[in-house]
Formats: sequence, C-alpha cells, structure tokens
Amino acid sequence: MSRIEGVFAALRQRGGKALIPYITAGDPHPDQTVALMHALVRGGADIIELGVPFSDPMADGPTIQLACERALAHGTSLSRVLDMVTGFRGTDTTTPVVLMGYLNPIEAMGLETFALRARAAGVDGVLIVDLPVEEAPEAVPMLHAQGLDCVFLLAPTSSEARIDATVQQASGYLYYVSLKGVTGASTLDVGSVAEKLAVIRRHTRLPLAVGFGIRDAASAAQVGRIADGVVVGSALVEQIARHAQAPAALPQILRDQLGALRAALDALPASNP
Amino acid sequence: MIYQNLPDARGHFGPYGGRFVAETLMEPLRRLEEAYLRLKDDPAFRAELEKDLKYYVGRPSPLYPAERLTRAWGGAQVFLKREDLNHTGAHKINNTVGQALLAKHLGKTRIIAETGAGQHGVASATVAARLGMECVVYMGVDDVERQSPNVYRMKLLGARVVPVTSGTRTLKDALNEALRDWVTNVDNTFYIIGTVAGPHPYPMLVRDFNAVVGREVVEQSQDMLGRFPDALVACVGGGSNAIGLFHPFIEHDAVKMYGVEAGGLGLATGQHAAPLSAGRPGVLHGNRTYVMADDNGQILGTHSISAGLDYPGVGPEHSWLKDIGRVSYVTVTDDEALAAFHELARVEGIIPALESAHAVAYAKKLAPQMRRDQTIVVNLSGRGDKDIFTVAKREGIQLL
Repeated sequence: MSRIEGVFAALRQRGGKALIPYITAGDPHPDQTVALMHALVRGGADIIELGVPFSDPMADGPTIQLACERALAHGTSLSRVLDMVTGFRGTDTTTPVVLMGYLNPIEAMGLETFALRARAAGVDGVLIVDLPVEEAPEAVPMLHAQGLDCVFLLAPTSSEARIDATVQQASGYLYYVSLKGVTGASTLDVGSVAEKLAVIRRHTRLPLAVGFGIRDAASAAQVGRIADGVVVGSALVEQIARHAQAPAALPQILRDQLGALRAALDALPASNP
Repeated sequence: MIYQNLPDARGHFGPYGGRFVAETLMEPLRRLEEAYLRLKDDPAFRAELEKDLKYYVGRPSPLYPAERLTRAWGGAQVFLKREDLNHTGAHKINNTVGQALLAKHLGKTRIIAETGAGQHGVASATVAARLGMECVVYMGVDDVERQSPNVYRMKLLGARVVPVTSGTRTLKDALNEALRDWVTNVDNTFYIIGTVAGPHPYPMLVRDFNAVVGREVVEQSQDMLGRFPDALVACVGGGSNAIGLFHPFIEHDAVKMYGVEAGGLGLATGQHAAPLSAGRPGVLHGNRTYVMADDNGQILGTHSISAGLDYPGVGPEHSWLKDIGRVSYVTVTDDEALAAFHELARVEGIIPALESAHAVAYAKKLAPQMRRDQTIVVNLSGRGDKDIFTVAKREGIQLL
C-alpha cells in the first residue's frame, strides 16, 4: 500500500476527510519551503501538493502565476524541488508529498531520471497538469515502476468515456476540478460538484479530492460533505505573497489558516461516501 | 518519398503535436475536432468558405513576378505571393474567416484570440464584427506598445484588447491568457488560435485554412510557368503562412522549401526567436514541438524586431518537417530583415511586413545560387504599414 493509499484508508476507517494544501515550491524563497511544508503538517495537512514552478502555467490564475515567477526568480528548478522533498523527509516520513506541475521541466530532466530521483527523494505521487491520459502511455508505467502514484485531473467537462479512460491510469486519488476556470477562481457550485462526483464514483473506487474555489473553512466544509478530500491552494499562496518580504511569520500564519480548515472538516459528521 | 496523411487520429506529426492541456479543455477540443472533420468536406460549408474568401478576403491573391528584384539579385526568377493584398493586410484572415464559420456552426457567441504583431488580432476582430460577436484579444503589453496602430484598429472594429502583464509580456503570455479565458468561458466562447501551434486540432485546421495560399500557387505557377516553382520561401514564427504555402507541395520532392526563422541579433547571442534552428523538443501551449527553453525546461524569452515572429515555440508540423529533412529551416537577423524591408520598398514599390521581410532577405541569399531559368516563390505574408513606427523609431526618425 502506498503512503497515499494508507492516508485515505485510515481516514475512511474513521470517516474523516483529507485536507490537501498546495504551495508552490521556492515561494517566496527556496530556503523557506521545507519549513512551510512542516507548518502545513502541523496545521492539519494529510497530504501536501508541492507545485513545481513553470514559466508558462497556463492552467493557473494570477495568484499561482506570480508564485511561479517569485520561485523562478530565485532559481527554483525541478532538481532543487526534489532536494526540498529530501529535506522535508529528514524529519517527516509519513506525510505524502505529491508534486504538481507541468510537463516540460520534467521532460527536460528526462522522465525516467525524474521518476528515479523523485522516488529517492521521498515523493509519493505526481500530478502533471498538461498531461492527459491520452498522452501519458509512456509516463504512467515509468512513474508506477518507481512506486509513484499518478494523480489525474477530472473536470466538469469530462465525459463518461474520458472518466473511464482516466480512472484506469490513475492511482492514489483523483483530483476533481470543481469549476470551469483556472486556479484561484471563486465560483464554487457545490450542487453541480456533488452530481459529477456521483457520476465519477460509478467508474471508480479511488478517493476523490476536490480543488479550485476552496478558500476558507466554510467552503472546505461544504466540499468535505461530498468529497474524500479537499484541496486548498491559491488562498494559502495569497498569504505567502502578502508576507513574501517578511517570511519569518509565514509558518505560523499558514499553520493557523490551514488549522481553521482542519477544524471545519473534523467537525463534519463522520461519513462513508 | 511518400508522406503520410498527418496528423494521425491523435493529432500527432511523428513525435510532435498532440494535446497537452489540462483536463477541462480535452472535451471541448474533441468536440471542435469532431465538428471540423464533419464540416470540412460538407459542400455547404465549403461553398460558404469559398464565397467569403473570394468576396470578402479578395482571393485569389496575385503571384507577382518581381522582375526588378530578379534583375537586382541576379539568379533565379523571384515571384511574390501577395498575401499582403488580402483584406486586413496579411494571410491571417484566411484562417480567421474559416474559424469564424466554425464558431457560427458551433453556436458560439463570443470570440477570443491572442496576438503578437496584432495582425491576427485585427483579423479576428474583423470576422467577429462581421458576425456580430463579442471579441476579446489578448496581447502582451510590450506588443501593445510597439504595435499601437493595430491596437487602435482592433478597437475600431469593436474588440476589447486586454494587455497581458505576466511572464515575458509578449505573444507566448498572450496565448497563456487566452487559454485561461477559454477554460473559464468554454461554453459560449470560440478560441481562434492564430497559428499552427496549440493543441490538436488547431495545428491541422489552421494549416488547412491557410493551405489555400499553396493551392493557388500550384495553379498560378502552372498557368504562368507551366510547372512548379523550384523553391518556396516563407518566414516562420508559429509557422502558419509557411505551412499554408508549403502544404500542397510537400509531396513534390523537387520543390525545395525554406522556412526562415527570426535570427534576431544572431543565434550566438541567444537573442533570437529560432526554436527550430537553436531550440530543443519540448511541450508548450498544448503541443510537443521545438521550443526555446533552458536546461531546466523553463521557456526562454525571445527577441525579434518583428513582433509576429517573437515566439519561443513553433507549429508541430514544422518540427516534423525539420526532422525528416523535407524543409530547410534557416535564420535571418534583424538587420538583414530591415535591409530587405527597405530594398523591397525601393525596388518593387511594396512595403512588406517585417515578418515577411525575413523571407525576402533569405530569398536574396538564395536567388544568386540558382540558375536564371529557375524560380523562387516568396510568401509575402503581410504588408508593412503596421511596422512603419517600429522602423522609424529604430532609425531615429520621429513620426507625428
């Protein structure tokens, strides 16, 4: 059982929900990322999605675009991101880490080299935003061979045929994009998300995490009622941006911010969707 | 050599092309592909398109024998394919007229586009005005500055021009922003991509709509010369005018083809926009192709005097044509393009777009190496009115 499967199995047993924060590696500075990851764990993170900065993040809104620019300005390469995961694993051997990013930096390193190094660094899963299943027949076996879970996106526009093709390649969990838009949007429609999750559940038993549009405890609780996990990204990255010049306070700020979402999820009645 | 009928069913040209986008756009792209494949051979759609190309765009465009240029260069006879005479002044309208018809048939009410030099933005705003559709054009702030006449043109046509401040603030960032708009408004919006890049089916359909250029040259060269030209020359940014000219000739191996990339300040300086000549395969804007990227896979900023060539990627079909050796990709510097800009104006009375001036500059090198009974067709993809401010500024002349 992978570390990610373990987390969801444990949560399922006690009827809890996964809290999955996203931050961009190297933002505001590469030296701070490991400390921020530990702060997220103390704030209640079950899994961490660590963004690999890219010069052209076409699926991201302005908040994460700027996070990428800050990280790249300090030379945050994929190689350095892997070093950060190694650093994190120095003291945390239990919290799964999923790298989330775009294909080009991974291909520049070489898929197989990346898979080997990611495993060695202690990465648990990979979500490549611009790699849909149709283009993934080489990448998926290479990542699986190193014990890495392949997390794929599903969206409101995904047809049942696409859902079917995607769940066959996916492992760990599925990331359902709650709305048509980019990261950081705020037009969450919980009713339509619930309907689509029901459709997806007819195709798979994989845990379903929902992201895009979750900004606070209230929206986390709404989504927590219908999903297995809740992803929060832009709302955290906004705080990082706000304190980029005085980052000493950031670990506590992120811990408190995430803690509010943790409390909201834990207050939900135990369920078994 | 027998060339396959590409792209394949998944939008691949050999190892290039494909559909590398986030999940939300996969189904809309599939629907667009399905609609295009259904309509492209539909007699009513074809008739509608041909009518627009003839009466609105003004096709066919002439194949002009540039006799003074031929004499000046001393070598092969030079012909100019006059895409600059199209409505809106460039080949871009061939594609926007076609995609606008698709938008209409798909029931969309809103058009978005990205633009570099502004020619594609103008061509998109033009067809949107004609269809009575809302139009939003994304343009890097740096390009908004250096192509202000085209910005005003778009506004006159009723479009909203959104300056893009992210990244390198040029065409690649405008494309990112247009993709973000599309993913947000995908239900009512048609994204008219202006070049043969982007995710499948765009490289295929933009090529097909521009291939009218090459088809006309096939006919015109038969009528005027009784045979095909010996060489074709076109500039390559994303590569839509080049693929439009080349495509109908690809199976005719005797016809040599040259794609001219923007050499900027020279390849050795790194200040250029020549991914085929000095880049490496990668993934950008939804397709696998040659890109300009650093060792960590981050896309590099580009430089060209010509905003329309200032792009770090290139259409995937060009990447394939490079690898199989069917097309030679070469570069021309800013200075050489500028000299060709002036020479064409003085010798033939035609002010070319700075993009097209790159093709003219390479033809000048090629012509003397060929025999006098041979012929070169240069795609004069656009007119240079939009560039007079850039050229004047560079030469220290203040206008207005």
